Amino acid sequence: MSTEATTETFDTEPIVVEHPLVEFVRMFLRNKAGVLGFAMLLFIVLTSIFGPLIYPVDPFEIVGVPVSPPGEDGWLLGTDSLGRDLVAGLIHGSRTTLAVGAAAAACTVIIGLIIGALAGYYGGWVDNVLMRITEFFQVLPNLILAMVLITLFSPTLITIVFSIGIVSWTGIARLTRAEFLSIREREYVMAARSIGAENQRIIWHVILPNALPPLIVTAALNVGVAILFEAGLSFLSLGDPNVMSWGALIGDNREAFFEAWWAVTFPGLAIFATVLSVSLIGDGLNDALNPKLRER
Amino acid sequence: MQAITAVVRRIVYGILLLLAVIVFNFILIHLAPGDPAETIAGEMGGATEEIIQQIRVAYGLDKSLPEQLLNYLGHIVQGDLGSSFYFNSPVSELILERLPATLLLVFAAMILAVVTGTVLGVVASRNPHGLFSNAVTLVALVGYAAPAFWLGLMALILFASTMPIFPISGMQSIGLDLGPFGQAVDVLHHLVLPAVTLAIIFVAIYSRLARASMLEVLGSDYIRTARAKGLNERTVIYKHALRNALLPVVTIAGIQFGQAFAGAVLVETVFNWPGMGQLAFESILRRDHPTMLGILFFSALVVIIANVLTDIFYRIIDPRIRASND
Repeated sequence: MSTEATTETFDTEPIVVEHPLVEFVRMFLRNKAGVLGFAMLLFIVLTSIFGPLIYPVDPFEIVGVPVSPPGEDGWLLGTDSLGRDLVAGLIHGSRTTLAVGAAAAACTVIIGLIIGALAGYYGGWVDNVLMRITEFFQVLPNLILAMVLITLFSPTLITIVFSIGIVSWTGIARLTRAEFLSIREREYVMAARSIGAENQRIIWHVILPNALPPLIVTAALNVGVAILFEAGLSFLSLGDPNVMSWGALIGDNREAFFEAWWAVTFPGLAIFATVLSVSLIGDGLNDALNPKLRER
Repeated sequence: MQAITAVVRRIVYGILLLLAVIVFNFILIHLAPGDPAETIAGEMGGATEEIIQQIRVAYGLDKSLPEQLLNYLGHIVQGDLGSSFYFNSPVSELILERLPATLLLVFAAMILAVVTGTVLGVVASRNPHGLFSNAVTLVALVGYAAPAFWLGLMALILFASTMPIFPISGMQSIGLDLGPFGQAVDVLHHLVLPAVTLAIIFVAIYSRLARASMLEVLGSDYIRTARAKGLNERTVIYKHALRNALLPVVTIAGIQFGQAFAGAVLVETVFNWPGMGQLAFESILRRDHPTMLGILFFSALVVIIANVLTDIFYRIIDPRIRASND
């Protein structure tokens, strides 16, 4: 070793390794549509949390003359055909929409994940049986089955969340199964097995974390689907009668759709905006998590 | 010969699925809280204790569960889906009465969606980053995120009220004395808004699918060969690429037939279209369980038939599948 101090300096910057989370956020921020969607969703979430505090009007209370147009009588968006304040309806409806959307999507993902993971990992007869069950649920039209379930077991929020979950899990199950089938053959899985890891450990701690990216994107999109589902059910008067819902607003005012067009238009726009924001976030997540699959 | 075996196997499988649906219905009746006989009678005030007892005997609810199941199966195979207490007539009659209207709506919507979606997707693929392509993506995003029943109501406000181009509700105009041709035109006139409303979400999906599919196909080797052979662009696209781009769209459409049926419930309610979907809505409002379960069974039946037909169609269209059969 030379005793001379080296005066050579290397003109390179030290290599900085980004934390995966930081990289993910950076990639996500590059997608303007995704950021827009996030901003929209944030607004809706904030409205649902702080709205009732800032604007303490009961959405079910009859506060004014029915069918008064926006702006008249001091009601910003008018009243619906029963005389209820529309702004209050929108604010309280957002809580239902977000809560049911998130919970139902979670239910869907959990069921689909478990079934898909088990089918994809074990293969053989387990796969066969689980796939037959999946096909069975795919054959039953989802809305009709959900309607039947809710009618047989009373329309509470929990029933609604589970019903949506029960009829929607097949897509995620197939996706998870496909992911597991392909990841199962990779070297790190074989390595885990060779050091004696048990099946349960391999499934949930080795394969699943690597299968997550497309699942996260699908889960985000599923929130949108769940929101539309809940809106449809409430529209058909199958929602929980104790909570206000955008779909219920549209359904209640369906008959008077021409006279009270605002009572039908604004809740619908709210649903549209929420589902759109979730879809944009999903697209943004897709770009951020799957750089290889970017459609360029 | 192999192909026929495969088709037969598919049909048998479909029948097994149908059996599973029937058993599932049976399980649902018994899982619901309350007395099954009352469930079958529906929570109608019109069901007296006498009638409930009759149901008990008829459905053999005093017998063991497996015997009941066989009994239930027996009824269904004979076409007896029970009786609706609200309408006071056999469920199967009710459903068959309404089925044609729904089939008309769903078929019209799906065909419209496949054609429109494919055309939009193909045209968009010609210039993948151009204005039209982005416009299509935007329209697809809107069509996917907006609730179908809301779009239907908006369409009603715009095209049936503000500008009275289309009728507001129903399938036929009442009180008009039209000949058969006039009647057909009248039905078509009423069909436009509901079919378009039902089709929108599928157009959103198929246009993106067709675009992606075309882009993938246009980059493949045999297309390059066709171009190298000197075939003009038109032949390359329409004769070769289109057929392959159409395939995934048609396949997915067949699979989504069930979803179209579900969507029809909402659309029929909005437009007062006298189909099975509206019957489902009404029977649910009235807690008419026999009809509800009958509709569940029937729609599953239609979906299974659609799946089998799509499978057969797919085998005919895609020569690769045929080749692997021989």
